[in-house]
Amino acid sequence: MQRKPFILQNPSTLIVLAGLAVFTVAVTALSQAYGTGALPTSMVKVLGKTLCLALAAVAMDLVWGYLGILSLGQMAFFALGGYMIGQWLMYARTEAIVAASMANNAIPPTPLELQEGVANQIFGVVGSADLPLVWSFAHSLPLQMLLVLAVPGLLALVFGWLAFRSRVNGVYLSILTQAMTLALALWLFQNDSGFRGNNGLSGLQNIPGLDTVSQARLSVWFLWASAVALGLGYLLAAWVVSGKFGSVIRAIRDDETRVRFLGYPVEGFKLVVFTLAAMITAIAGALYYPQAGIINPAELAPIASIYLAVWVAIGGRGRLYGAVIGAVVVSLLSSWFTGGRAPDLSLPFYTIKWVDWWLVALGLSFVLVTLFAPRGIAGLFDWLGRAVSPRRQGRDLGPDHGALQEQEAKA
Amino acid sequence: MTHAARPLIVLLLTVLTLLSALPAAANPALRAVIADNLDQIERPSRTTVGPLIDQIAATGPEGTALLAAWADRSLGLTDDRRLLIVDGDVMTDAATGAPVSGADPDMLRPNSGVRGLIESALVASQISDPDAAMRAQALDSIARAGTADHLKALRNAPPDPDPALQARRDRLQTLLTIQHDPDPASRIAAIQALSGDVGLDFRAALNPLLVTRRIAATDQPGDANIARELTPGGDLLSRDAAYDLLKAQDLAQPRLTPAAQRDSLAAHIADGKVGGVPVATLGDPAARDRAYDALEAAGTVTPAATESEAQAAIDAHRYFEVYAEPDSDVTDAARAAQRNAQLRLSAMKGIDLGLDALSLASIYFLAAIGLAITFGVMRVINMAHGEFIMMGAYTGYVTQTLIADRTLSLIVALPLAFAVTFAAGVVLYRLVIRHLAHRPLETLLATFGVSIALQQIAKNVFGTQARPLTSPAWLEGAITVNDVISISTIRVAIFVLALLFLGLFLFIMKRTRLGLEVRAVTQNPGMAASMGINPDRIAMMTFGLGSGIAGIAGVAIGLFAKVTSELGQDYIVQSFMTVVVGGVGNIWGTLAGAGLIGVLSKVIESFNPSNTLAAQTFMILFIVIFIQFRPRGIIPQRGRAAEA
Repeated sequence: MQRKPFILQNPSTLIVLAGLAVFTVAVTALSQAYGTGALPTSMVKVLGKTLCLALAAVAMDLVWGYLGILSLGQMAFFALGGYMIGQWLMYARTEAIVAASMANNAIPPTPLELQEGVANQIFGVVGSADLPLVWSFAHSLPLQMLLVLAVPGLLALVFGWLAFRSRVNGVYLSILTQAMTLALALWLFQNDSGFRGNNGLSGLQNIPGLDTVSQARLSVWFLWASAVALGLGYLLAAWVVSGKFGSVIRAIRDDETRVRFLGYPVEGFKLVVFTLAAMITAIAGALYYPQAGIINPAELAPIASIYLAVWVAIGGRGRLYGAVIGAVVVSLLSSWFTGGRAPDLSLPFYTIKWVDWWLVALGLSFVLVTLFAPRGIAGLFDWLGRAVSPRRQGRDLGPDHGALQEQEAKA
Repeated sequence: MTHAARPLIVLLLTVLTLLSALPAAANPALRAVIADNLDQIERPSRTTVGPLIDQIAATGPEGTALLAAWADRSLGLTDDRRLLIVDGDVMTDAATGAPVSGADPDMLRPNSGVRGLIESALVASQISDPDAAMRAQALDSIARAGTADHLKALRNAPPDPDPALQARRDRLQTLLTIQHDPDPASRIAAIQALSGDVGLDFRAALNPLLVTRRIAATDQPGDANIARELTPGGDLLSRDAAYDLLKAQDLAQPRLTPAAQRDSLAAHIADGKVGGVPVATLGDPAARDRAYDALEAAGTVTPAATESEAQAAIDAHRYFEVYAEPDSDVTDAARAAQRNAQLRLSAMKGIDLGLDALSLASIYFLAAIGLAITFGVMRVINMAHGEFIMMGAYTGYVTQTLIADRTLSLIVALPLAFAVTFAAGVVLYRLVIRHLAHRPLETLLATFGVSIALQQIAKNVFGTQARPLTSPAWLEGAITVNDVISISTIRVAIFVLALLFLGLFLFIMKRTRLGLEVRAVTQNPGMAASMGINPDRIAMMTFGLGSGIAGIAGVAIGLFAKVTSELGQDYIVQSFMTVVVGGVGNIWGTLAGAGLIGVLSKVIESFNPSNTLAAQTFMILFIVIFIQFRPRGIIPQRGRAAEA
């Protein structure tokens, strides 16, 4: 039997990528740096960050929508990615500043003096003057980029191995992932953990070596990078969930025990997807925080991970484009409502200020979506798809929708 | 007079100034003694003054007043040979007690030996005073600042008629013996008599004996009482500290720090070069050393110890910790007693820690019990549980604003909080959870939506600042057993509340119709339904019950924590942990989980009390690992319900 090409199997991938390309070109054309200037730089940054969140949502969908693990710890990986890239950004920039100020000294500084100056500058705020061990690689961009993947990947691998091995499932696993995030957040909150406690890492929007490039240009560059990352991440995720591998992980979602009895190493499959999703999320984080400019342990609050789940649920689980739509729509709506730009709603007895009431509306709409539209916004597309009657050929060979019995009968 | 004895004298003087305001009765005995011995009072000698002091003290309160003034250097002699007690501007005749004005006395200044004698006589007279309050005061002031003279006076004093005061005096005498007795044997005996005592006074008496200082020497000093030898680079003495010690004893030159080197190099730049080395290359430490050596050779900078010289000097010496107390038997006994005290102290700290852990465990138990009920019966995780706790706390706050009497408002608030959150739980069940049966992850998310909505509503209604929920007066304060063990009353109350709820829960589950039906539905909903039980109603009731208990927990938590809209969030993760660790569907499991988490977090916290964040981190890590070994909790659910 001839397999159809990957793209033809997943026409939605093409649509999403095309949409992404159109979006990127449009934003570039409207940006201050390269276009008409209709979109202010801050808006370009918001859009760029939204793309990163969408990438994180795609990874979340991989874990939750396809593998069935409601991981409430995705933001831990997201923030870890941000911290890893933030270390280099902060170190390199501080080093440049310290070197410039030391150049005025009568005697040129030794490398040790330079490092001490940098450490003093970065860690003075938490009352320390030594460079912690975890900053050993901060001087090198390639090493830190490697750590962006390695640290969250390793964390997911170890945590996943421990959790899956002991067959922790369902809500237990969700709570456990939440606990992991909380533990990481609490650890980062300590001043002596080496990540500046609750000050976090700041000044990340200034890219070392690119001092002459304006923020307007940088924001567009980051938008491009985020768009490319989202496109590649989406392709990767779509490739993973298509084909036999994808069938197995969906089967694990639907009935883990049965898949195990069929002889599949369930733990291995789960571990691969969980770790892969963690790494994708970390890349999203590493692109997000240079646009946000600051990262601190509050980003790891359990609630942040749950928001991610909310986006995916509203967008539609088990459909990658649903995750993208959910993340983009809900996070943009959120920033519109909480930014104070939404007009107040005047009721005869009460004026609803959206800054105060948006979370209430979000929470309740979330309940409504879970109750009445479990497929989310993506369910809308399914509904549209069903409106056109399918071209049925041959007989119904089996009870399962996903069965390949018809093709097997032909072969 | 020693400086430390001053409070005693001042106290005496105050008392006597008050007395002297009364019509003073002349004291003929005192007048006779003064008349006979005026010369010796004017120029006392330490060796012969003893009998005179005793004579004066024996004449009564006026004599004591005179002695006190004498020791305090406020006794003056006029030209017409009268003794006056001077207190600021007020002068009184020492013999008659009559006020005197217009006199200009020469102040008597007895030497310290004499004053020591006077003081011990004073203490002796005071601790044999007929008034028990006076004796207690004397003991207090000796306990604050005891001297060797006090010790002598205590030993010679007649026994105290009051057994409690006598016991205090004996203890004081033993403590003073430890500090001031010249005879090592009796000091050791005193130390051993109190060995194992955990009183602060005993530990304070031992501390000066065990004070050490560090010395560096080429060889072991023969005469010193050595506590131990230190190895440079070890835990107790870093190499830098060892070098500082050498420097302090003038055994080594100051070391050349990189900063000092840089500064002196910068001071000697000539034509872009320092000592022949171009400035541009001085970013290299080796080049800096070369330049400094050149300057040293030229004699422009002072020679300083280089790194290798410093290390050699450190290695050439030995380092000792030496007791200030010369007698090694005494220090050995003191050290043994201290170790003994510390052992008992840590045992007591352990008990205190246990009490803390117990109260924390009861808080977790209260917060988690509702969650455990709903999770056990319906397999539903209620993420809004924390918000129900918050609702209960706010109910308590609102009740308190309406009812001023704290006790009454608390009594009203507890059932009211139960009613409010019970209703909220039932509404949540009817509207949301019922429709999501058998979809636990969706329920988790939907209840989470409810949780953010409720939290934000609380923020909009009550504002973001913390609201006070004040406990009634009888719940404030603490129950204190001794210096170490104490527990605040409110925590005891919460413990009692937790016990009450455990009892109530057991009663409902084992003795009522509702409990029977709940157990039936938990074990097999289908079979229960066919026996005429309505599983839907049972689930609703359990959910309401669990939420109601959360409300009451909220009031309890609000009494000692701040009431904010985030109150519930702070406890929700711990509650989940409690349920997960304990195992679902079993009240004893929840109890065990709460106990484990409470004890664990307190124990971890006690290792590093300043860093509670680290304690929480380690606790969560522990739980993650614990789940590895008991994935279904301490008391796992068995039977058919476990597979559901």
